[in-house]
Amino acid sequence: MSRRKALYSRKIKRAVHLLFFRRHRKPGVKGWELRKKLGSDYPKVLKLLDNYLAKLDLKINTVFEEGQPTSPENPSLEELDKAIFYVTLRGELTPTETKMMGWRIDDIAGLAITITYIISKGGKAPREEVERILKEKLPGWRAEMNIDRYIRAGYITQDENDQLYLDWRTRAEVDEKMLIDLILGTES
Amino acid sequence: MSSKRKTKRLGIEQLQRIIELCRSVEEGSLDPFLVDVDDIIEIIKRYFPEWKKPEELCLDAEALNRLASVIKMQGEWVKNRSTSLYTDPFLLEEKIRKLEAEQMAEIFLKVWHPIVEFEQISQHSLLEAIKYWKNLLPISERWKNVEAQIIKAGIATRSELVKELFLDERTFTEKIEELWEELKERVGENGKIKYWDFVAAETFEKTVKRAYLTSFMVTHGYANLEVHPLEDKVYLKPNKRPTSLVKKKEVVSIPISVSYDEWLKWREKAKIE
Repeated sequence: MSRRKALYSRKIKRAVHLLFFRRHRKPGVKGWELRKKLGSDYPKVLKLLDNYLAKLDLKINTVFEEGQPTSPENPSLEELDKAIFYVTLRGELTPTETKMMGWRIDDIAGLAITITYIISKGGKAPREEVERILKEKLPGWRAEMNIDRYIRAGYITQDENDQLYLDWRTRAEVDEKMLIDLILGTES
Repeated sequence: MSSKRKTKRLGIEQLQRIIELCRSVEEGSLDPFLVDVDDIIEIIKRYFPEWKKPEELCLDAEALNRLASVIKMQGEWVKNRSTSLYTDPFLLEEKIRKLEAEQMAEIFLKVWHPIVEFEQISQHSLLEAIKYWKNLLPISERWKNVEAQIIKAGIATRSELVKELFLDERTFTEKIEELWEELKERVGENGKIKYWDFVAAETFEKTVKRAYLTSFMVTHGYANLEVHPLEDKVYLKPNKRPTSLVKKKEVVSIPISVSYDEWLKWREKAKIE
């Protein structure tokens, strides 16, 4: 094995450790942390790892917390340093798999409705309104409990005025644009 | 003359109304597009030649500044509407009301890519934990009962406080006056000295201390600062007797950076000289 190949192999292993094992309160690794541990060529290391993970139906997801980069296809190093990197599922989960993960079909539908409703209201919606829309199809106690669960998991957040916003986990795990497109394109 | 005054009063009222309107928009109680920007700019332009006093010009500037914020909000609104994520909220709400829970879940599973993470203890950390546990003293030994001693409270004298470094031998005013005396001695024939030549000392710590005292010396009117912005030079000029600038309402803040790099530069220069 060439020295260069051995070096990248070591860096990929290190990146796996950093990305798969939670190091902070929330999962994910900041770009600057990766730069510190892997060197300034960390985007290349991540690309190599992403190619490898694709075979396992996983991918490295980059979330730009401080707004979209000027060129989304080719973000600058500075923008990448501020981004957060997660390992997520590349493909889709089946309903049976989600059940095994502890998510009932109602919980998933509730989460989809909550996220879509917040997006439709321009990024924030009163909790009362979200509860009302969930209660149309779920028992009242379940609607309230589910919202609390989504907050705990980091999908949504609530401020002191009971306004709900999308939180870090939605940004990391949900393709918001595709969600809206699919909902609008589905025959009801 | 009176018609001019009337126009001015009217103009001030208009500006205040513009500021209020823009403030309501900024607070979210009004739609940014209710503000007719062209109309407001016309009003601001019309009254501008009337403004002579600083407070009138400030009001004019505030109105312009608030208007700029409103224009920014209008821009953001347009940007949001033009993004691909924007969809008619009513349409979307209607859709989610009509879709069955199963359909919603099915859609969501297509766009949901959960984070993958492990929570696992390694052999290394397990060994470290065992080592720590072995060396950990029993709680009865770690939390031994400490017998509290009762000590009668006494009164400390000033000299004792000075000895324990709670108090300084000299008062703050005494220190400032000592520095003032030094400044009077060190100024040249032109009655002033370069700021850095005065505050800089053999160590950076002493330099910071002297800069700190100098700032109070100037604030309390023992000396004046003469700033030459074009030459990037600051001079200190001692006063014959302290004159309160606060009473004269002549207080102006002049920030002077006393950085380590600056001090190093001064020291190098002093060595050469």
